[in-house]
Amino acid sequence: MRHQCSISVGPARFRIGSAWRAPIEQLRRLYADYPGGACGNDGAADFTVRLEPVSPLRRLFRPSVAIAGDYMLPEAAPLALRHALLAAEMGMNLQMALGWRRHLLLHASAVERDGRAVLMTGQSGSGKSTLSALLGEGGWRFLGDEFVLLDPATGMVHPFPRMISLKNEAIGAMEAIVGDPSRFGPLLADTPKGAIRHLRPAADAIARQGETVRPALLLFPRFGHDRAIRPVGRDEAFVRLTQASTNYVTLGERSFAGLTALIGAVPSLAIDYRSGTEAQQLVEQLFAEQAA
Amino acid sequence: MQDDEASRFAAVQADAILREPLDGFEAVYHRSSGLTHLLAEPAPQLLDLLTDTPLTVAEIAGQLEGAYDLVPDGEADIPIAEIVAHRLEELAALGLVLKVAGKGPGR
Repeated sequence: MRHQCSISVGPARFRIGSAWRAPIEQLRRLYADYPGGACGNDGAADFTVRLEPVSPLRRLFRPSVAIAGDYMLPEAAPLALRHALLAAEMGMNLQMALGWRRHLLLHASAVERDGRAVLMTGQSGSGKSTLSALLGEGGWRFLGDEFVLLDPATGMVHPFPRMISLKNEAIGAMEAIVGDPSRFGPLLADTPKGAIRHLRPAADAIARQGETVRPALLLFPRFGHDRAIRPVGRDEAFVRLTQASTNYVTLGERSFAGLTALIGAVPSLAIDYRSGTEAQQLVEQLFAEQAA
Repeated sequence: MQDDEASRFAAVQADAILREPLDGFEAVYHRSSGLTHLLAEPAPQLLDLLTDTPLTVAEIAGQLEGAYDLVPDGEADIPIAEIVAHRLEELAALGLVLKVAGKGPGR
């Protein structure tokens, strides 16, 4: 590819190639602080993501980015070049979802305090990503907003603190809290997912992205409902986590052992909330109760 | 070929499956297929009482009735043995129990 860089997020290393210079420069700026030779061109990578023109002419003329790489979705729609950062994010997610084998991958966000992790999983729109971003600015170590990597052998989770993908209302909410504008990527308006703006996690989250954590609490947040807390049975938690995993079947027995051990070891609770503040209070309360 | 009445069922090898009781059901991992099954009553109880020695459906149903206070759910008119036979056939199809097609005692 004409332009490329490598990015290390948690235990995974991506080589991002692009037919255009701008996406790579944006990635270099956003991932500048990441350890492991972030955005250098050296070293082996686990996965390759390629941002390619849909045809040779479309590199210059109405440039349109197709997401390619080691693992590809044939029907993935191309994105406008101004949305190339989203294309890179989707490409990295795709490689992890389809190709990662070292951990059980859960579609979940996570934060840590006092060496204990809170895992939050739910469907898109549940608010788990925004909630992890808020907590990450409020006394918690941000572990990830998209994937929780569970080691089935040890029960520990590995951070995956990629760029936080803020959507729509979450953008303004985080802009109001995060004082450093250099942590934000460009505003990507009118993407297929609405408005998106990337936020670089706090420096502590990036510096400690190699430190694994033991899970202490499993939450199923749901945004847009009156404040409520409901215990979740181990049966429901098991089903929901298998649904939230992209590689449960691939890992076979390791998945079964890892997931049943996790569910047996930590309490599972569903929480409903109407605002980020309310959700933060709920997490603080439940974490404190669990520790007591 | 109607030898179902004489068919007998036994447990699969102990290391062929992994069983994990959860709150409402039991998760069972079937090693050779790599599939996870979620079993509701009375399937886990059937797995519990099967052994290496093949038993007929009548014997298994009798043991089940002896061990549990059975209340057929919405199937009040169906004999317990028939329900047990259906569940055993399903479990056998999944590879979670062994079906031994036999001609009666002494195989």
